[in-house]
Amino acid sequence: MTVMRTRQAVIEALSDEMESDPNVFLMGEDIGSGGPFKATEGLIEKFGESRVIDTPISEMAFLGAGVGAAAMGMRPVVEMMFIEFIGVALDQLTTQGAFFRYLSRGAYQVPLTIRAAAGAGMGFGCQHSQILDQWFRGNAGISLVIPSNPQSMYGLLRSAIRSNDPVVILEHKGLYGERGEVITGEAGIVPIGQARKVTEGSDVTIVAIGSTVLTAKAALDSQSEWSAEIIDLQTLIPWDKSSVMKSVAKTGRLVVVEESSYSGGWGAEICSEVVSKLWGQLKSPPHRITSPDAPIPYAQELEKRYLPSSVYVVAQINELLKTGKSPAAWWEGAK
Amino acid sequence: MVTSLSRRGQLNTEIGRLERMLEIRAVEESIQTLYNDGHVRGSTHLANGQEAVSVGIASVLRPTDVVTCTYRGHAAALALGVTPEGVLGEICGRVIGCSGGIGGSMHLMDASVGLMPTFAIVGAGLPVAAGVALAAKLKKNDSVALTIFGDGSTNIGAFHETLNMASIFKLPVIFVIENNLYGEYTRINLSTPIEDLADRADSYAMRKEIVDGQDVDAVIKAIQSAVDFARAGNGPSLIEAKTYRYSGHSRSDPATYRTPGELDEWKKRDPLDITANKLIAKGTLSQADLEKMKLDIAARVTKAIETVLESDGPDLSTLMQHVSEKG
Repeated sequence: MTVMRTRQAVIEALSDEMESDPNVFLMGEDIGSGGPFKATEGLIEKFGESRVIDTPISEMAFLGAGVGAAAMGMRPVVEMMFIEFIGVALDQLTTQGAFFRYLSRGAYQVPLTIRAAAGAGMGFGCQHSQILDQWFRGNAGISLVIPSNPQSMYGLLRSAIRSNDPVVILEHKGLYGERGEVITGEAGIVPIGQARKVTEGSDVTIVAIGSTVLTAKAALDSQSEWSAEIIDLQTLIPWDKSSVMKSVAKTGRLVVVEESSYSGGWGAEICSEVVSKLWGQLKSPPHRITSPDAPIPYAQELEKRYLPSSVYVVAQINELLKTGKSPAAWWEGAK
Repeated sequence: MVTSLSRRGQLNTEIGRLERMLEIRAVEESIQTLYNDGHVRGSTHLANGQEAVSVGIASVLRPTDVVTCTYRGHAAALALGVTPEGVLGEICGRVIGCSGGIGGSMHLMDASVGLMPTFAIVGAGLPVAAGVALAAKLKKNDSVALTIFGDGSTNIGAFHETLNMASIFKLPVIFVIENNLYGEYTRINLSTPIEDLADRADSYAMRKEIVDGQDVDAVIKAIQSAVDFARAGNGPSLIEAKTYRYSGHSRSDPATYRTPGELDEWKKRDPLDITANKLIAKGTLSQADLEKMKLDIAARVTKAIETVLESDGPDLSTLMQHVSEKG
């Protein structure tokens, strides 16, 4: 076990997969120099220019090239420097690569990994701070994972590279600098589709992913009125229904914490499934704590307010437990 | 037994290439009837008039080379070796189709002859072909990728991004524009400020060639030199085949936008006639041989249609198969 930052866990995972499989290679903008988050630092020196390929600023060309190379048996890891950049290239993943297996009746498969920095809180403004999981949800043929710490970054990235289907891994840029203990090697691999129970508790189940796992943990630790079972989903597509159902069946309450717009957020699907499957066993309505339906502002105080804070999460859960009703969001009626 | 691969081998002779072009024409001409009889859903995009480009390409490539092609792909699929049953079966949504009835007219495929599922988004096949070529380069084998697309694709970002990247990476990929003068319903001069689309290669310091797309021998020569260039590690080429489609863009397009007389002018240079006349002039083929060949092909296509119509649609279980590796 080694203590490392999340960005170093990215490098470790890439390096270990590149060592174990000669078909793994990296492609993206400025990855040779390590990129703005130093998440590929040192790999070009170790593996050379043929396996760490710097591309022109042409997302459609190099994402599509990743699809084509993957269909030929390579295992490309394509980096989108910021997840928003995939907007100009989305067709190649969502309409082409995601459907190759289906259209070819399994003759072509696409073992492609797409890494991208995502998430708010660092002052990058509205075009470099979104999560954008909603662009991939409901798109058959793709998996989507969001690590929350150095271990899950290491373990999920290795699983993504080994997957025989396209996997998008959203790396929260606020977590790149976080340190944690990491088990490397086979024992450190985190399977796609499995949630992780962060804490045991009995009053409420808090479902979170990526950065909101830390928010939920900070909220829990800041009070002593209630206990919570925090579930780190780790994978959003396909999400681990059985872990969530098991926990909510025990606690009777579900709160989802999401870093993105309320409308169309992933938590809506979790709540819907829980209501359908556990109707009659719930002690309070499932509740979503999210960001407002607005672009992400730059000014620090506004950006902080955009993100669900631990203080806000505590206040919302206190009210839910006290009233038995779903509390209003802070922006409701604020106009 | 006839396989896609064995059919590919039939392109080794001049007669075989003529036969294949005649077959493509006959298969495409049968689609309207199948549509009228209610067997074809959605849209189809015919390539009649463009047969020499597909057959020329398929005559040069090895089955281990990979082709990405557009939704106007019946001709390419048949040329590369897919059987009439495979193409018509797919168009009719039958299990006998080359994609098991899951893809339809716009998504034909056959991995045994290097045909990736054809692309129904304009320009989408170019980046993928570059990736296929990148894989060949990384694996250090001498396979090439070839991508077939229309004149309309030369105005989409994927074309420019991919040509640029393929050029700087020296990828073994051949870009083939089938310039049939119309991007969907719009004549090329109304959408594009240059006459020769091959000139776009200049911006990317790429090898280029313009070829008469109605003459299969000219196509073969141009493709062969581009393939040789790519296999030798010299990088990509852009080839513009000047050709013409006799039909509208898709089934619903009557092509009323054509300049009067244009279609008749192009039909005077029909690719099937050009090849047949050459072989007759050389003495390789008699007029009687040609008539018999056409009758034989018509009979084969009729038989293929019977086989297709006797074939079932795909089983319900196939709807959920191959969505991902796990299901």
